[in-house]
Order: sequence, then C-alpha cells, then structure tokens
Amino acid sequence: MEDLNLPPIDYAALSPILILFGVACLGVLVEAFAPRRARHPVQLVLAIGGSVAALVMVVLERNTRVVTIGDAVAIDGPSLFLQGAILLLGIVSLLLIGERSLEAGGPFVAQAALTVGSEKDNRQAQGAPGNTEIYPLAVFALSGMLLFVAANDLLTMFIALEVLSLPLYLLCALARRKRLLSQEAALKYFLLGSYASAFFLFGVALLYGYAGGVNLQQINEAVAASQNSDILLYAGLALLAIGLLFKVAAAPFHVWTPDVYQGAPTPVTAFMAACTKVAGFGALLRVLYVAFEGVQWDYQPVIGTIAVLTMIVGSVLAVTQQDIKRLLAYSSIANAGYLLVGVVAQNREGVSSTLFYLVAYGFTVLAAFGVVSLVRDADGEATHLSRWAGLGRRSPLLAAIFTFLMLAFAGIPLTSGFISKFVVFGAAIDGGQSWLVVAGVVTSMIIAFPYLRVIVMMWLSEPAETTPTVSVPGWMTSAAVFIGVLATLALGVVPSPLLDLTNDASLFVR
Amino acid sequence: MIGANQRFPPPGDVALVTMSTNLGRMTGYLGSYAVLGLLLLAGALVFVGAFGANRLLRPANPAEPAGKRVAYESGIDPVGGNWAQMQIRYYVYAFLYVLFAVESVFLFPWAVVFADPGYGAAVVAEMGIFVAVLALGIVYAWRKGVLTWS
Repeated sequence: MEDLNLPPIDYAALSPILILFGVACLGVLVEAFAPRRARHPVQLVLAIGGSVAALVMVVLERNTRVVTIGDAVAIDGPSLFLQGAILLLGIVSLLLIGERSLEAGGPFVAQAALTVGSEKDNRQAQGAPGNTEIYPLAVFALSGMLLFVAANDLLTMFIALEVLSLPLYLLCALARRKRLLSQEAALKYFLLGSYASAFFLFGVALLYGYAGGVNLQQINEAVAASQNSDILLYAGLALLAIGLLFKVAAAPFHVWTPDVYQGAPTPVTAFMAACTKVAGFGALLRVLYVAFEGVQWDYQPVIGTIAVLTMIVGSVLAVTQQDIKRLLAYSSIANAGYLLVGVVAQNREGVSSTLFYLVAYGFTVLAAFGVVSLVRDADGEATHLSRWAGLGRRSPLLAAIFTFLMLAFAGIPLTSGFISKFVVFGAAIDGGQSWLVVAGVVTSMIIAFPYLRVIVMMWLSEPAETTPTVSVPGWMTSAAVFIGVLATLALGVVPSPLLDLTNDASLFVR
Repeated sequence: MIGANQRFPPPGDVALVTMSTNLGRMTGYLGSYAVLGLLLLAGALVFVGAFGANRLLRPANPAEPAGKRVAYESGIDPVGGNWAQMQIRYYVYAFLYVLFAVESVFLFPWAVVFADPGYGAAVVAEMGIFVAVLALGIVYAWRKGVLTWS
C-alpha cells in the first residue's frame, strides 16, 4: 500500500479558529470541574482571553494568503479582516454578556428547562446565580463564525454554519425575564434556521451535481466550462443563497428577526446583530465572488431585487414598531439591505465597502443594545417605546448617547453610519447599479423617521410616572457602550485608516 | 448533452433552450432521473388504485363493540390512557447514545485501516483528538449528575 498523503496544514493560519475551539472545550471542562462560585470569573477571563489570543494571531498572520488543509479553508485578506472584526465585536459582546451588576445573578438563568411560572422558576428568577455555560456556547459560536468566513468549500461552510447556529439557538432561550418570549424566540429561530440549513444543503447537492465537487474553485471552473445543465447551477445557487440570506436577515427570509431579537436576552441579541451579520455577509461575499463570478450578470438582478425588498421591508415596518428591540431588529433588516447593495456591486470597492459597513454597523448596534439593557424597571428591561418618553429629563447622559447612536443609524455626517452608507452607495454606482442607490437613499429617509421619533420621545416628552429608571451600569457594560460610541464617532470623523485596511484586504485568493 | 459552446450566447436564453431540449429528449443529467420519476408515479397509481378498489368493493358496516377503541396492549387490559407521558430524563440517554453512535461510526472504518503501513502516529493522534472531544461531552454529563437516576 502506498503512503498516505495527508494534506499539508498551515497551523499558524488556522490558529485563531483552533484557539477558540480549544478555549470552548476548556470552558466545558471548567463548567464540569470548577466550584460554582469560581465559574463566572474563570469563564469570563477564559472567553475574553481566548478571543484576545485569537485576535493577536489574526494580527500576526495579517500577510498570510494561503489555501490550506486540502483546499478546505482559505485564509486571505477578506477572511483575516472578517475574523478580526468578528473577534473584536465578539470581545465587546462578551463584555455585555458578562455584566452581572444590572440584576442579581445576571441576565441568564441557570435552568432554562424549568416550567415557566412554577415556584422553582420564580425562585430562580429572583436572583439565583446565573448560567455560566453561555461563555463556552458563545465561544463555540465565535469559532464557527471564524471558520464560516474562511471556508473554501461548501461542506466546510455548512459545518461552520451549524457550529455557529446551534449555540445561538440555545443562547436565545436563556433569558431571566420574559421567559416564554425567550423560549418562543429560540424555538422559532431553531425551526426556521433548520429549514434554512436544509435549503443550503440542497443547494450544495445540486451544485455538486453540476460541478462534480463542492470546492469553490471547482465550481468557478465548472461555471466557465461545464457541459451540465444550467438548471442545476441556477437552482443550486438559488438554494444556497436562501440559506445564506436567511442568516443575514434579508427579506423575504427575515421574518424570524424581530421575534428573535425581541425575545433573546439583550446581550445575545447584540451578539447576533453584530457578529452573526459579519459572518453571514463574509460567507455570502466569498461564495458569490469566488465561486459564481462567471454568472454574476445572471444573479445580480435577483440579489439586487432582494436588496431593494429588504431595504423597503426593513424601513417601512420599522416605522410601525412600538418596541425598541423590534425597532432595532427592523433597522438591522434594513441595514442588511444596504450591505447587499455593496455585495452586488461586484467590484473591489464592493467588497471593501461591505467590510467597512459591517465593522461600523457592528460597533454601533452593540452600543445601542448595551444602552437598551440599562433602561429598566422592576420587571427587567423596559423596552416598550412609550416607556422611554421623557428619558432625556431623567438621565441626560444616557439619552444623549442613544441619540448619537440613533443619528448614526440614520446616517448623519460625522458618524460611521454616514461614511459606511456613502462608500457602499459609491461602490454600487461604480458597479453600474444606480437603481439600488436610488432605493437606498429613499429608504434611508423613511427609516430616519422612527429613529428621530425615538429621539423626540426621549427629549421632548414629559416623563411619566412610569418612566423607568436607568440602572447604573457595571464597568463591563460601560466599557462596551463606550467602545461602541467611540468607534462610531472615530469611524465617522477619521474613516481613512479603516478604509485603507479594507481596501488592502479586499482580494480573495483562489 | 448540448454543444460545448452553450455558455457563450446570452445566458438566460441558453438556460431556457437547455431546459426544453433536456426535458424533450429525456437525456442529460436530469433526464436520468426520469426513470425514478416514472417509478414514483407508477407507485402512487398502484397505491391509489388498490385503496380505491378496496373502498368500492368492501361492505361499509362498522360495528362499535365495547373496547374497540382502547389501546392494544397484547391482550392485557390497558392501564391508563394511551397518551402516557414519557419520563423526560430519557432524552438525556438518547443524547448520550448519539454521542457513542457517532463515535463508533467513525471508529469502525478507522480500526480497519489504522495499522496499515503508511498510516502513522498522526492518524492515531487524530482519532485520539476526535474521541477526546466526544469524551468531553460525557465528562460534562457525568459531572452534571445526568448519569445518576434520582
């Protein structure tokens, strides 16, 4: 028998993924063996330390451009940039997740399976020590995201999709308050997410039939030369795109977003809105640019239509929302639409502007959800918009921060929201997609209304008897909100360093 | 199969042409599924035909003797309803079973070849890592007290 040829593995390039996977496994061991009292600090330090170590490795490997481990993983400019972005946003979300001073025991329950409303459950809700499994779960999700944006064949991408999704389904169900809402959100997310995964797999199967392989390069070559029926190619691409567009919450695959964002614990919502979005768009960019470049003229109008639909659905429905978390969910749908405009631009600026937008939006949305977690009354977070009336009189600093974030979402100059919309629309005009820019500008004006309504409500309404108090945040939430606001401001005032970085990072390896 | 240059005219038209010729001639990649489709169709027809004939021919005179709708328990009088609740903790054993099943699915083919020349220490180490990750799950379950029946 001849010698077995194991594929060469570039461990240094893969180290961020491996570090996070190892840290998550260690987290499970800590959960099993550490005494209950020590678990929370140990897990928090472990998770953040692991993410920082992975981030350091990403920075050290910044010049690597390699396809490794049997063509399964491509470490190139976009994947390194996206991995760095996911890790940075992940560290900030871990700060939000780790906050324990806002309510006794933190925002997660230890035993999510207890019957809601039972005596045990009520005792648990009153401040029993919180869940610490969230840290290994979040780190598993992060490592899946790192692999997701770097996957160079569709099966690896599918595995990564599952590794990032399964922990998220669990995380959604762990809210301490409003348990039924939280569990409903988790179940919905799980069921719809499974359907989306199935669509993805069907697409992979059809593309395998078309190209004779699942590798992205193989598909790219087959698109140029294959003799097989084009039905397989187009149906495969469509099913694959449905799976990916579900994860990034593009219309008409967005229906899970408001319910899940509302029901999940706020730190987890922040984590999903920032990191999952980066990962989903990273994978979408890689699939469309590396594998399907040859049929870009065929899918461009379709994805463009989805982008317009997403922007319209997100912005119009945001106007009718009465709950701040649902409002931010529809805003995240609309932002997915703007990001898709960058994706369909199909040029190098398209990639770099999408990368910039993802980072800028991630930091702003983290800070916004951080603020949402601070406005509380006796029943936990007060998320109904009417409760926010007059908040500016009670706590001007918090209201000012939230006003700034809302203006950033609306795209006012000197915030990152303006620059990111500007570069994305610029790339689309260069790519000859000006109809998307028209739709983008019109919907931006529509969605500015709900943002401004929140601002008006906070500052110009009289505080009612029931206006909730603003809790004094612990250092972790303060740090997360501060980092988010600072990044939003900095990327709006001096965007050029990050723009240069995204420009350097915008070439995929083949 | 269509000619090799099928991709070069405007792609939309080509897709339509390819589709119609493929369906027309029952050849090509999708054509090979036509037999399967016919088989499924025939199966459905036989099923519908058999049950339809049965329905037309049989006498329709149902009796309602006592105990007809009681759950069947091999001749013993059933205890309780047939919507009995399962003990929820069985699901944990189902999980653990899956853990072992997945492990053995990969262990068997590996056990056949790992000692062959050419498969060195790296292959053993890889399987060791795989089993260790799965063992982590069992350790966790054990420490959480899942394995004791209280």
